[in-house]
Amino acid sequence: MTALSLTHLTWTPRDHGSCHHQFHLCDASLHVAAGEFVGLIGPNGSGKTSLLRCAYRFSKPDQGDVLLQHQNVWKQSAKWCAQRIAVVLQEFPDAFGLRVDEVVAMGRTPHKGLFDGDTVHDRQLVCSMLESVGMQGFEDHAFATLSGGEKQRVILARALAQEPHLLILDEPTNHLDPRYQLELLRLVKRLHIGTLASIHDLNLAAAFCDRLYVIDHGRIIASGTPHEVLTAELLHDVFGVQALIDTHPLSGYPRITWITQP
Amino acid sequence: MISRRYALLLAALGALLLVSCVISLGFGPARVPVDVVWRILLHKAFGFGEVNWPAGQAHIVWLIRVPRMLLGALVGAGLALIGAVLQAVTRNPLADPHLLGVTSGATLGAVIVVLHVGEIIGLLTLPIAAFIGALASMLVVLAVASRNGRLESDRLLLCGVAVSFVMMAAANLLLFMGDHRAASAVMFWMLGGLGLARWELLAIPAATVLLGLLILLGMARPLNALMAGEQTAVTLGLNARTVRLKVFLVASLMTGVLVAISGSIGFVGLMVPHIARRLVGAEHRRLLPVCALLGSVFLVWVDVAARTLIAPEDLPIGVATAAIGGLFFIGLMRKR
Repeated sequence: MTALSLTHLTWTPRDHGSCHHQFHLCDASLHVAAGEFVGLIGPNGSGKTSLLRCAYRFSKPDQGDVLLQHQNVWKQSAKWCAQRIAVVLQEFPDAFGLRVDEVVAMGRTPHKGLFDGDTVHDRQLVCSMLESVGMQGFEDHAFATLSGGEKQRVILARALAQEPHLLILDEPTNHLDPRYQLELLRLVKRLHIGTLASIHDLNLAAAFCDRLYVIDHGRIIASGTPHEVLTAELLHDVFGVQALIDTHPLSGYPRITWITQP
Repeated sequence: MISRRYALLLAALGALLLVSCVISLGFGPARVPVDVVWRILLHKAFGFGEVNWPAGQAHIVWLIRVPRMLLGALVGAGLALIGAVLQAVTRNPLADPHLLGVTSGATLGAVIVVLHVGEIIGLLTLPIAAFIGALASMLVVLAVASRNGRLESDRLLLCGVAVSFVMMAAANLLLFMGDHRAASAVMFWMLGGLGLARWELLAIPAATVLLGLLILLGMARPLNALMAGEQTAVTLGLNARTVRLKVFLVASLMTGVLVAISGSIGFVGLMVPHIARRLVGAEHRRLLPVCALLGSVFLVWVDVAARTLIAPEDLPIGVATAAIGGLFFIGLMRKR
């Protein structure tokens, strides 16, 4: 079953003026099946974030459709979408000192009406999600005092508290040290909900993703399993760098070694 | 997430407010002992007890000080609430009810009436003119700030400041060219005061503040989400623009009513939310009730200072709040 399909999306940024051709999308199609971990890779400015923004109903595509569980997201409300898609962004401004449990409880917002209080279920969810990201015991810490990696995990707990059918992650491993990079991706993978993640580190993408899409200049130029996609030619064409591709000796997924000598 | 500690704090603040309200009634140019105040209140409100006090004291307490105290409590609560939500939606810790241009619009409305129209419909002419001025400036700010159907918080604040300056320039020009005696009537709006308080005027601010508190409490979750950023709010199913617009409208209308009756009382809306956040954190369902109670207590006591410091003259309450608020911030900065 398809959890998310983006079909032939075209999108042009409005704020940057006509001279700016970065970040646009052109005829981009992408599918995420239920329970599948899909990675989106591509160089800086290739349109990864733009594509994700279209997928979580932040940007409205000029052409093409975004279908979530076979429903057009722009025919549904933002609230409907937020009950089904949770997003982990790289945005956590916090000027006023919210506590960790309050940040996680925010994830319940799409399931709440005007004067609804917190139920026992809500409180249990907050606790168990904090536990699942390894942040139990931090409930009454101020969010702003956490390290970057801890913040990222709390934001993931918030996304999980939304009880989503689909997760979208924008560069989830940025700012994390290797241990938490692996832990976070392992955790997401264990959840077995459809996931679309943009990932910078190609070795991580190869290790965790069931399928990969490669985006360049706003177009999807390749897709398939990591073995099909991650070839030396593609890396050279898209990223402009030389790499050796072999197989990881322990796990069998492709391993990329950058050739740094001129 | 109402914990026992929070419930206790709320109860303590409520009790503090009640006690403050009663004790504050004794202060003023003519001192009235607290026990007499208490007996006058019981007698007037419920018909208890025998009359054994001078009629003058009963008159001062019941007809002058009680409405004034109630107005102070309402205005304090209202301004603190407005400040808290504006700081959240603009994500700017320095946002303040008077930054939206509403206050200067009210001042301009009052100036025009004092200088060129006169009190054509009696005592209410000035407040009504001030409210119309406040509404006009709110609409101007909204029209200038929205662009391509978007309403960004930075633009909103900048437009508020810009419109404020233009409105104040117009008001000052009119004052400068007009009758100098009229200027003193207008000073009231610029400096703020609770001297207009009458029993028959209290219903409007009371309804405004209570309704505002209710609406804003209903928006507590969206307000929390908006603090986390524009995109995060969208991913939580909110339309950031709609939330911001609603908060701005509610805040402006509340400010308009409060300023029309009490003039521009500064620093309450800026300072009280920061104190309240230190007590209970930034989560709005917890923050807003505490803000309202603290704002009330604060303004009730500042008004006591305002009417005793240079008695029998009334010190404009805005002068007192500004002095206290400024010192408070300096103290806060030195402590850090």
